[in-house]
Amino acid sequence: MNVASVVGGTPTDLAATPPTVSVEPTEDGALCLRFAGDWILRQRLPDVQDVTGAIDAGATGQRVTIDASGLGRWDSGFLTFLLPVHEAAKAKGLDVDMAGLPDGVRRLLCLATAVPERGGRRTPDRLPFLARVGMGWAAVAAAIGDAVSFIGEFFLSMGRLLRGRAQLRGGDVLLLIQQAGAQALPIVALISILVGLILAFVGSVQLQMFGAQIYVANLVAIGMTREMGAMMAAIIMAGRTGAAYAAQLGTMQVNEEIDALKTLGIDPIDFLVLPRAVALILMMPLLCVYAILLGIFGGFLVGVLMLDITPQQYWSQTIAWLRLNDFLIGVSKSVIFGIIIAVSGCLRGIQSGRSAASVGEAATAAVVTGIIWIVVADGLFAVLTNFIGI
Amino acid sequence: MADHDAPIVVEDLTMAFGSFVLQRDLTFTVKRGDIFIIMGGSGCGKSTLLRHLIGLKAPAKGKVYYYGESLWDAPIEQQRRILQGTGVLFQRGALWSSMTLAENIALPLREYTDLSERVIAEVASLKLALVGLAGFEDYYPSEISGGMQKRAGLARAMALDPEILFFDEPSAGLDPISSRMLDDLIIELRDSLGATIVVVTHELASIFTIGNNSVFLDAESRTMIASGDPKTVLAETTNPTVKQFLTRGEASARAA
Repeated sequence: MNVASVVGGTPTDLAATPPTVSVEPTEDGALCLRFAGDWILRQRLPDVQDVTGAIDAGATGQRVTIDASGLGRWDSGFLTFLLPVHEAAKAKGLDVDMAGLPDGVRRLLCLATAVPERGGRRTPDRLPFLARVGMGWAAVAAAIGDAVSFIGEFFLSMGRLLRGRAQLRGGDVLLLIQQAGAQALPIVALISILVGLILAFVGSVQLQMFGAQIYVANLVAIGMTREMGAMMAAIIMAGRTGAAYAAQLGTMQVNEEIDALKTLGIDPIDFLVLPRAVALILMMPLLCVYAILLGIFGGFLVGVLMLDITPQQYWSQTIAWLRLNDFLIGVSKSVIFGIIIAVSGCLRGIQSGRSAASVGEAATAAVVTGIIWIVVADGLFAVLTNFIGI
Repeated sequence: MADHDAPIVVEDLTMAFGSFVLQRDLTFTVKRGDIFIIMGGSGCGKSTLLRHLIGLKAPAKGKVYYYGESLWDAPIEQQRRILQGTGVLFQRGALWSSMTLAENIALPLREYTDLSERVIAEVASLKLALVGLAGFEDYYPSEISGGMQKRAGLARAMALDPEILFFDEPSAGLDPISSRMLDDLIIELRDSLGATIVVVTHELASIFTIGNNSVFLDAESRTMIASGDPKTVLAETTNPTVKQFLTRGEASARAA
C-alpha cells in the first residue's frame, strides 16, 4: 500500500522523509529525473518550475528518463507534480520514459492524459458597460413579461374554477387551509397583540397631554380595523406561507415534478397554484378578523391597566366609534393581500432555476415581491377609500 | 474483536426503521483491494446498508469496524477521522449545485488540509482529468450531462485520496457504453491506487465484470442469503432466489 492515507488505524506519516527531485544528465545524453522521499500532499513539494525549466533549457530531441527508486509513499501530490512535467516535455517534443515510475502512477498518468483537455475552457465574460446595462434591462423586461403572463394564466384558471371547469382536489385544499390558517394562529396572535399594545402606548402619550386618553380606544380600534389588522396578517403570511409556496414549487421545479405535470397535460397553474390561492383567499379574511380582535385586546390591556379606563368605558367607546365600513375595508383588503401573497409565492417558485441556491433566491424574491405589492395595494386602497369618502 | 487489517468488517448488523426490521444478522468482511458488491432486488436495503457503512444511519444492533475500530462506538471526532478516509459517489452525483466542479472538489481539501489555493486548484484539475473531465473546472453541475455529473461526483469522492471508495448504483441512468467506461475506471482506480471499493448495484454486467466479493441481500427473508465472488456464487448457489437474480430470471424460466 503506497498511497498516503488519512485513515485511522493505518501508519500515519509521522516519519515522512522530505520529497526531493534532481535533474541529472546521464552518460548516454538523456535527462534523468531522480525522485526520492515521500511525495505526499501535506509535505512541502519542490517547485515544479525547477524541473520544467531544466527541460525547457535542455537540448531538443533529448530523452527523459525517470528514476523513482528512492520514492517512498505518494499520493495526488506526486501526480500534480508529474503532469506539468509531462506536458512541458511533450511541448518540447521530448520522449518521456515512464518505465521508472511505480505501476500505479504510470496507470493514473495514462488515465489523466487519456481524454484531451476540452478546447473551450471558460474565461469570465467581460462585456462592455452598455451591453451589460442593455442585458440587465432585457432581463427586467422578460421578467415583467413572465409575471404578466403568469398573472393572466392565474386569472384564467380562477375563471375556470368559478365556472366549474377546473377541479380542486379537496384533500389538498384542506391541508393547505390548515397550514395557512390554523397553524398561523399563534404567530398572528402574538404580533397583533403587540401591535395593539404599541399603538395604545404611542397614542396615550400624546392624548394624555389633552386629558383625552379615552380616545386611545378609538385610535386602536380604527387603526387595527382599517389598516394594521390586514397589513400585519398579510406581512406575516408573506413571510411564512409565501416563502413556503416558493420553496415548495421551486423544489418541484428542481425535481422536474412540474415538467412531469405538463407532460401529463395537467396545467400546473390549476393543479398547484389554484389550491394555494384558494386556501389563502379563504383564510386571509379570517386571520384578518382574528388579528383585529387581538389588536383591540392589546389596546384594551394598556387602556385598562395603565390609563385607568374602566373595561366598560373602553368597550363602549370602541363600539360607539367603530363603523361597519372600517371593518369591511380591512377585510376586503385582506382578500386582495391573500391573492398577492399566493401569486407572488407561486410565481417565484415556478420561475425558480434548477439548483439549491435558486430555490433560496425564489423564496427570498417571493417575500420581497409579496411585501412590496401588499404595501402598494394598501396605498391604492387608502387613495381609493379617501376618494369615494368611506 | 474484528480483523485489524481488513478495511471493513460488518458483524451481526441489524438495520431497522423504528420497529420495522429491514435486514438482520449481516456479517461480512471487505478485504483490502476488494471490489465488493452489495446486491439484491429493489427495496431489499442495499442503499440503507451503504448508509450504515458511511456513517449516515446508526445500526439498530451490531457493529461496523474500519480497520478494527468500531465506527458507531467511536467518539464523534474519531468517527469523522475514519470517514475522511472514505469517499462516496452518490446515486445522482449529489454535487453542490451552487459551486463549480473545481469548487466541489476543493471544498473537502480546504476543510481538511492546509494546502495552498494553488495546490488545491492543481489537485482539483488532476482529479477531473482522472475521470476524463479535464477543462471542465469552471462548469456548474447543471451545465453538464448526467453521466458527466456522475464522473464529477467520483472526482469529488477521490478528493482526499481515500483508501475506501463507495459507489451507490454507479451505472443507474447511464448508457451502456458510459456505464462500461465507469466500470473500467473503477477497476483502474482499484489497481492503481490500491483502493478498496464497495459498490451497491443490481446491474448484472457490472457485478460480474468488476466484483470479486459480494453479499446478496434478500427482501423476503430479510437477511443475506449468499456471499463471496459473484461468479462462484452463481456457479455454486442452490438458492433459487439468488440463481434467478444472477441469471435475470432465466433459471426459473427453464425450470418451468
